[in-house]
Parts: sequence; structure tokens; C-alpha cells
Amino acid sequence: MSDNRNQKLFLSGNEAIAYGAKLSRPNVIAAYPITPQTVVVEKLSEMVESKELNAEFMLVESEHSALSAMIGASIVGARTFTATSSQGLLYMAECLHYASGGRYPIVMMNANRSIALPWSIYGDQRDSLSLLDSGWIQVYAESAQESLDLVIQAYKIAEDLNVLTPFMINLDGFVLTHTYESVLIPSQEDVDEFLPAFHSPYIMDLDNPKNMGFSSTPADNMEFKYQQNKAMLKSKEVIQKTEIEFGKKFGRYYGGLIDSYCIEDADVVLITIGSIAGTVRTVVDKLRNTGTKVGLLKIRYMRPFPAEEIIKVIRNAKSVGVLEKDISFGFEGTVFTNVSSAVAGSGLTPKLINFIGGLGGRTITPQHIEDIINELFKAINNEIHNHVQFVNLGVEVNEQ
Amino acid sequence: MIKPKIEIFKKPGHINDYPIGPGYKAGHLVSTNSSYRVFKPVIDNELCTRCLICSLYCPDGTILINNDKIEIDYDFCKGCGICAYECNRKAIKMIKENE
Repeated sequence: MSDNRNQKLFLSGNEAIAYGAKLSRPNVIAAYPITPQTVVVEKLSEMVESKELNAEFMLVESEHSALSAMIGASIVGARTFTATSSQGLLYMAECLHYASGGRYPIVMMNANRSIALPWSIYGDQRDSLSLLDSGWIQVYAESAQESLDLVIQAYKIAEDLNVLTPFMINLDGFVLTHTYESVLIPSQEDVDEFLPAFHSPYIMDLDNPKNMGFSSTPADNMEFKYQQNKAMLKSKEVIQKTEIEFGKKFGRYYGGLIDSYCIEDADVVLITIGSIAGTVRTVVDKLRNTGTKVGLLKIRYMRPFPAEEIIKVIRNAKSVGVLEKDISFGFEGTVFTNVSSAVAGSGLTPKLINFIGGLGGRTITPQHIEDIINELFKAINNEIHNHVQFVNLGVEVNEQ
Repeated sequence: MIKPKIEIFKKPGHINDYPIGPGYKAGHLVSTNSSYRVFKPVIDNELCTRCLICSLYCPDGTILINNDKIEIDYDFCKGCGICAYECNRKAIKMIKENE
């Protein structure tokens, strides 16, 4: 397989995920199509059909069944993979909690897409962010290369016996799932060395029969939840360790839980998640050329939430903005809530503004980001009247 | 018939002694389970022909034959009455608990 080393292919985010899954040698894949994820399972079905990939490929009748099948396979120690999006993710919401409570290290890709109503197939992050409390590790990718690399890392992190927590890899619908870039494909040999087969003592087998997924009384339930939280917190250091090990082996490092850019001396920091970070980076470059002290902080992992890591890098910022494709109606964006909570506990007092953009696939241009950064500079010495602002709303909303 | 023994679950002293996720050795009963029974089946072994229809129908597997006599495991019988209904010899009567 060494002839595959450093192979470079022109791939979409979806295809990169499929290659990442293939290289991780899953034993069982469940497939239920949904835009904009469908290409992932289509590509995997071709790989299984051509015997490039030796896996059980299950066509299921719903997303609820897709994740249920993964849970069943994971119970007997299989490495499992599935992918979904939006309504599909919501339909499997019950199973998300089952999987995390059962401590099954399932890896799933989610194409971030808006949720109905109004019906829309275009991207935003309200699907996964509304399920932030489902007990899954949640990471947000920026590029196709990162997506492929994340699948391989995901198994290593999820299957760590101190973690045993399912792993959701989020890709912005269309913006990342359907755009093409050149992607380095690691050799199977190298991936096998990095990611050995999964062995866990906590599985069901015929010689050691187990009662799986039992019920509990108030006398014990809380201990299981404490343990789940402990494992999720523990995953922070496992994520960091895995990133470093991956970097050594494959030469690519993404920053761990967060990725900061031009942040050390920044007066203004814009925080965001997912693919829009790429656009923010180019705007930061442009503004830095004119001497503007602005930086980007990309949160890669929303769970476990890197509160300490964020505080460490925004320590000198006078004004901090959070740009996200999400809104929790009646309050603010969920990323902003999490960042604000971290800031509140830190003793730091930067000005904080939440920018809601990109809902239902609405464009966020470099000019919008420049406007956001200008707004954050203005906030340094002025009172903030509106700490939740909609970007590019396209219609007048001021009350007369 | 082989029945799992009841082993009372002793609450672990440390969180690390809890199972990782709700998975534990199979066939492990932690308590009896019949407290909500209202009527209990009582067998008349004189009328009984040992046909074992009651044992086959019992949803909880609580009817056993022991020394040529039918015995009911009242620790797990829920008092559903299916055995009494199915008994052709009317050898099982449902008696109200505590009467």
C-alpha cells in the first residue's frame, strides 16, 4: 500500500470524509441519505461494492435506525460509521443520548444544515448546536483535508478507554461538503499504525455475556451521568495528545481544541466555528496589512468546551465578537452563551457582541466580516446597545 | 430449571468502581420483583396432573416442578392469572393477597 503514500486527490468535503472513514477500517456502516450528506454514504457504498473497503454496509429505513444499528454493532465491539444532516440528526436525537449514555465510541459525520420550518436544504449550524447536550464530542471542520484527518483522529479519541464517547464531525453544508480542494490521502499502512483495531473490555461477547443498556433507579443514575461528564472532560487531554501524535505522523496539526490566528496582540478578537473561519482569516490578513490589531479564534471543539483555552488566548482583547450560524430564540447564539460563560468565570471584562449570520444558507461576505470587526472596535470605547446583532438581514427591522 | 441467584448490588464506594456505561455481567438479578401482585395463584397438587401447561404459559418462568410437585416462585410471580386461566383441571385458584 506504500505506493499510496502522499497520494493527492481533488475531493469535496463529503468525499474526504468517505476516504477518512475508509482508511479507518470501519466494520459496519449504516447509510440513510439526506442532502447535503448523501455523497458520503454513496462514496462508501462504492468502496464496499468494489471491495476496496471490507465492511458490512447496512441500508436502513431511517436515521433513527441508522444510529440504532451503530449502537448494536458497537456493543459487540465493531468500529462503526454513519453520516447524517439536519432533520436526520434531529430524528436520531433519542439515539444520540443512547449512544453517549451507553459509552459507545461511534463516529458520525453531520453536514450542518438548517432545520425546518421554513424548509431549507442550505447550511447553518442550528442542527448540531441544538444537540450540544446530547453527550457527543462535537468538532467543526474548516477544510476537506481537516475533515479526512478528523475521521481518523475521531476513532482514536472516541475509543480511548478513558473517553468512550461518541464523536460527531460537523461540516458546513454545501460550503464545505460540496466544494472541492486537493486533499492528501495518507497511506493505509500509516493509518493502521496510527489507529490500531479497536479492543475494549466493555463489549458483549458469547464467552462473557453481558446485560447491556440496563435501567437504573435514582440511587445509581446520577453516578453514570457523573462518569459521562468525567469522560468528556478527560477527552480534552486525549484530543490534544491525539492531535500532536497525528501531527508527528502525518505532518498536519490543527491546533487542538481551538485554533487562533494573529491573536497575541489583538485588541479585537472574532470567535467563530466551522468553514467561515477561512473567510475571517483572509479579512484579518487584509486588516493586519493596514495595522489593525485584530485576530481570529476558531473554536474547533464545542464539546468538550475549551473554556480555559479560550480565556488564555483572549486575555488581552478589549472587545470580543462571536459570529455563528445559530440562534437560541429568545436569547442569543449558543456559541456566544458558552463563550460568555467562560468569560464570566475568568475575571476578564472584554466587550462582548454576538453576530448571528448565515442562517438558512445566507451569505456572509468578507465585507460583512469587516463591518463586524469595525463594530467591535467601536464597542471598545462605547456602550453596547445591542449585544445580539443579525448580519446581512437584508430588510429594515427598526421599530418606528 | 437453572435460575439466576439474587445478588444484592452493593453500591460502590468510588466512582471508578461503577461499570463504564450501563453494561454488566448477564444473569445478574439484584432484587426480587413481585411487590405489586394483588392476587396470587395457589395450586391444588391433588387435582394437578403435572401437565405443565401452566409452566409453559407463565410469562415470568416462575412455575417449576420440584419433587413431583408444582411450585410457584412467589418472589417473581406477578399474579397475572394466566396459569389459572389455562389450567384444564382448574387446579389453580387466584387468592387475594393478605386474605
